Amino acid sequence: MEIANLLNALPGAVGQGLIWGIMAIGVFITYKILDIADLTVDGTLATGGATCIMLLHAGFPVWVALLGAFAAGLGAGLITGLLHTCMGIPALLAGILTQYALWSVNLQILDGANQSISVDKYPLLISSRYVSTAIWIVALFVIVIIAVLYWFFGTSLGCGLRASGANPNMSRAQGINVNLNKIIGLMLSNALVALAGGLLGQYQGFADVKMGIGSIVIGLAAVIIGETLFSRIFRNFALRLLGVVLGAIIYYVVLQTISWFGIDSDFQKMLTAIIVAIFLAVSYWKGRFARPAKKRAAVNSAKGEVK
Amino acid sequence: MLELRDVHKTFNAGTVNEKCAVDGVNLTLEDGDFVTVIGGNGAGKSTMLNLIAGVYPVDQGKVLLNETDLTPLPEYQRAKFLGRVFQDPMMGTAATMEIEENLALAYRRGKVRGLGHGISNAERKLYREKLATLGLGLEDRMNTKVGLLSGGQRQALTLLMATLQKPALLLLDEHTAALDPKTADKVLQLTQEMVDRDHLTTLMVTHNMKHAIQYGNRLIMMDSGRVAVDIRGEEKKNLTVSDLLEKFHIENDRMLLSE
Ligand SMILES: Nc1ncnc2c1ncn2[C@@H]1O[C@H](COP(=O)(O)OP(=O)(O)OP(=O)(O)O)[C@@H](O)[C@H]1O
Ligand SMILES: [Mg+2]
Repeated sequence: MEIANLLNALPGAVGQGLIWGIMAIGVFITYKILDIADLTVDGTLATGGATCIMLLHAGFPVWVALLGAFAAGLGAGLITGLLHTCMGIPALLAGILTQYALWSVNLQILDGANQSISVDKYPLLISSRYVSTAIWIVALFVIVIIAVLYWFFGTSLGCGLRASGANPNMSRAQGINVNLNKIIGLMLSNALVALAGGLLGQYQGFADVKMGIGSIVIGLAAVIIGETLFSRIFRNFALRLLGVVLGAIIYYVVLQTISWFGIDSDFQKMLTAIIVAIFLAVSYWKGRFARPAKKRAAVNSAKGEVK
Repeated sequence: MLELRDVHKTFNAGTVNEKCAVDGVNLTLEDGDFVTVIGGNGAGKSTMLNLIAGVYPVDQGKVLLNETDLTPLPEYQRAKFLGRVFQDPMMGTAATMEIEENLALAYRRGKVRGLGHGISNAERKLYREKLATLGLGLEDRMNTKVGLLSGGQRQALTLLMATLQKPALLLLDEHTAALDPKTADKVLQLTQEMVDRDHLTTLMVTHNMKHAIQYGNRLIMMDSGRVAVDIRGEEKKNLTVSDLLEKFHIENDRMLLSE
């Protein structure tokens, strides 16, 4: 248990965390903004990775490969959105169905269960072999994505999307097409997840049909850690998104530290589940203890201010 | 103006829970009518308003507004013509969004929501002026999350949102029922001011007979999914609570006899 080993491993954890941070922003859009737990992402991450790697194999430049991954994510989100809004399938189940189908799609794209890609032969944007470069590049992606989302959710369309998640009844009464917004949100979310998948495939040097399994839990972990730790200081929307990315980084650093303590990586999934459960419980308890005070304040202001 | 032609709605048709909530309503509103709607629990008042708003489709009949047939339109498309305030103060606003963001949503009712950027300064100034007319001090709290407001403040805000873009028809479903009497009076007074200022055609459901008499130029009473009593003009002006109670009883007795 050399501390130097841990320190050496930390940049790698940060790199991974940043990539998963992009994925977590996608989860944030569905889970926090639309109030939907979208399980499509478990399939979409692999779809993104597979699309990116195969396009690179086919000789396309790396930005085309990443755009391809992004587009594949849009498609996956569209399907879940249509299943949910046009066919009346509950969002959770619609996501599970798409994810299930994506397994076969991903096998087709990959022409097998996995494909590797070598940074020596292909012009990859990032690779775990050059961790610090990867960190800078992915950080740039994160900044651009947050900036674009910050702009988007400030537009009339974006505000309508937020309202659709916050109060669908009110949104319809104000003439907002809630179903359309749900579809747009699901598409955007899955596109970001697929983009993260494309980056992850390059970073780790392969795409695997199994690479997305459980990713919804990691995404949720990042969202919940970010919101729980930073919600008091980060109120601005862009900062909240940044908090989510920081949540993903913290998650990977914690994981790295745990494995440094010599805990078998087989336990990683269980530990993740425990982390998510603890943080969910913390925000629930915070709500429970905060509520009486809030209620009192509301009653007081009702008495005092509305005369 | 508004015309309901033989509108029917049955919930859970063909099951043991089958419930005919609206059973052939015919109703025509004139431009500028302010109609109060009373009736016992389950009489079909909310269902009638929801059928006008398109929350669910009619089984039979037609809903027309200024000669436009609303019947085939989904709720979000009808919203262009309608301002709505609900009984539950939580329902009409987005709690996690700011006051000005809620107003901006309402300001774009019936317009295309594109990628144009958020709230302009001119818009903000308009919101500030409109909020000031509520007399609740909300104009100085435009960036407050609506979830932090009291029920009365939220209802006042919802009312403002409903009328920010002049609606062809204002639908109020017991919008003061969840408020304490003083706050209810304040919100009703605001309602009257807005209706007068913009000459709004209004349907207002209430369980308060005094309010039903005091407000509006016409009163209808619903019973078992139908319009049972329709009072307007001079008769409405001179109506008293005891008149109304009498009619209520006659209606009830008639219903009892016919059953
Ligand atoms: N979505 C629904 N599904 C099934 N039944 C419904 C639904 N909405 C209303 N009903 C039933 O239809 C009947 C009329 O209900 P409605 O809400 O219109 O009454 P109301 O006149 O508004 O009563 P209240 O004064 O209690 O608000 C009731 O028996 C109610 O149980
Ligand atoms: Mg009702």
